[in-house]
Amino acid sequence: MRELRIHGRGGQGSVTAAELIAVAAFKSGVYSQAFPAFGVERRGAPVQAFVRFSDSKIRLRSQVYEPDYIIVQDSTLIKDVNVFAGLKEGSIAIINTEKGGDAFDVPPGVRVVTLDATRIALEVLGIPITNTSLMGAFAAATGEIEFPALEEALGERFSGPLAEKNIEAARRAFAAVGGGA
Amino acid sequence: MMEIMEGSHAVAEAVKRCRPGVVSAYPITPQTHIVERLADFVADGEMESDYLTVDSEFSALSACVGASAAGSRVYSSTSSQGLILMAEVCFNASGMRLPIVMSIANRALGAPLSIWNDQQDSIAMRDSGWFQLYAEDVQELVDYHFLSYRVAEDHNILLPGFVCFDGFILSHTYEPVDIPDQETVDAYLPAFDPYQKLDANDPISMGMYATPDYYMEFRYELDRAMERAAGAIEDAGRAFGEHFGREYGSLAEAYRMDDADTALVAMGSICGTVKDAVDEMRDAGRKVGLLKLRSFRPFPKAEVARALDGVAAVAVLDKNISPGMAMKGAVGLEVRDALWKTGIDVYSYVIGLGGRDVRRKDIAAVADLAESGRGDMFYGLREELI
Amino acid sequence: MGLNVGCAARPGRARDNKTGSWRVFRPTVDSETCKKCGLCVLICPEGCIREDDDGMPVVDFEYCKGCGLCAEECPAEAIAMEQEEK
Repeated sequence: MRELRIHGRGGQGSVTAAELIAVAAFKSGVYSQAFPAFGVERRGAPVQAFVRFSDSKIRLRSQVYEPDYIIVQDSTLIKDVNVFAGLKEGSIAIINTEKGGDAFDVPPGVRVVTLDATRIALEVLGIPITNTSLMGAFAAATGEIEFPALEEALGERFSGPLAEKNIEAARRAFAAVGGGA
Repeated sequence: MMEIMEGSHAVAEAVKRCRPGVVSAYPITPQTHIVERLADFVADGEMESDYLTVDSEFSALSACVGASAAGSRVYSSTSSQGLILMAEVCFNASGMRLPIVMSIANRALGAPLSIWNDQQDSIAMRDSGWFQLYAEDVQELVDYHFLSYRVAEDHNILLPGFVCFDGFILSHTYEPVDIPDQETVDAYLPAFDPYQKLDANDPISMGMYATPDYYMEFRYELDRAMERAAGAIEDAGRAFGEHFGREYGSLAEAYRMDDADTALVAMGSICGTVKDAVDEMRDAGRKVGLLKLRSFRPFPKAEVARALDGVAAVAVLDKNISPGMAMKGAVGLEVRDALWKTGIDVYSYVIGLGGRDVRRKDIAAVADLAESGRGDMFYGLREELI
Repeated sequence: MGLNVGCAARPGRARDNKTGSWRVFRPTVDSETCKKCGLCVLICPEGCIREDDDGMPVVDFEYCKGCGLCAEECPAEAIAMEQEEK
């Protein structure tokens, strides 16, 4: 079983990201589980959401403490929240930032993937909602979800031009992180 | 066919397939997504129900009582303070023997205000005369709705029931689930056939006055119906297997209990985490198992006694606290009652209140405590705060 | 089972249960003083006062318990409560 922890702020779509990654994983053929951990229910407050991936039914319901992957939607969270807690040898940290991976003090053996998801979101969507871009980056960096499955999940959640734009944002991020879609 | 969806939306899909004539509910976190989705179904014409918007949970369940008495299959859902506000109506609904089904997204009670999960709300309604089933995962949660209507409406039972599930932990989780098709549900759950109903041309009153010469016998009959409900839940669970291919033929499910020396007893979503913890402990050579209670009311006393026969120690995980009760947790007390005079040590551990996360290592620690003879206590307190 | 499920009951019991025998005082209306306002008809908790064709109150003594509310509330003080001869 692999586990993902998403760090964001209320209103950035972290819970939606977890849900859609779980949907895409299910469509990619594995068993998945997504759930949120709300702090205070308020825009801007730190939020976590979790996804598990497994080849068999997932029974575990506790939160994710030793993630194989993290997504950090907003790098300003790093000074408030220990987003790197529990990362281990081989874990992958996907961070929305203008900086390079060297700027982050992660535990040894952790691979850092950085992406300016805010720029992609502003260019494609016109608003700084980065979750769909980061889903594309997650697909490319981890291989846990197939891009067509992500595309399908986005297409089901959003409709019309909004679906197309979000898929485009995910596609650009996927390519930026080296995915071959 | 397996699909992936949020637990609350899966509940709404299940309720739609139960074809209630009336839905009456008041929104409260974390139940909200269920009733929002049902309101959408009704507004979009996907569901032929009257959706009543009411001013409180008290009104919501009162409207259900009226609609059920008038001969309609009715549905409601609530959480936490909402359920407690319904308390007066809950006792009336069971006393009038109205087969209402209500989903309880289990949430802590205030004060202090908490939106997070424990099971204090439904357990506080222990004596209200509603049967109470607890779901481990979204699949059980969906299935228990079909099963509950079938049991509730049985003319030999005629009791309202709660389908309890952990708020956020199941209500807001996306996971794969099989939503049965309408035809399969219809074959298992026929149209509501009321035992009696309000009819202007043949008037009756329900829940009339009972003097001291009659009252006790009414409560006796309510208790007997609840005892019969145990068998009805088993029967409905076996029939469920024939219709849906998933069997729920017992009120308690044993997991790796063969040759177990230490048994954990739990209800609801925590059972999944306990199963993983049991596997780890078994891998480490410890003889530990789980007894999962599907039903808290009726309490499956005989099954508990049978399943726990021969163990040395029992650790009951209680997501509730009865302040001032020596044993602390309400479920623990009933397990100890089931094992009375057997000499088996039964301990209660108050755990996971107000959304405190419970991990596999916590389950192992509770098993350690039970084996060392320490229990009837809170587990997982932050010592620096007290 | 000897009990009705859910303590259900058919209507009509109040009509069968003639409460007039409970009475100690009976209301008597002074037709000279009565203004035919009808308040006694409204106020009677048993609903056992009606108006005749002239608007005069008529008490149904099969049900009147003699509670005296009509006499207490009558604005013209036209109703007196007199002890029954039993």
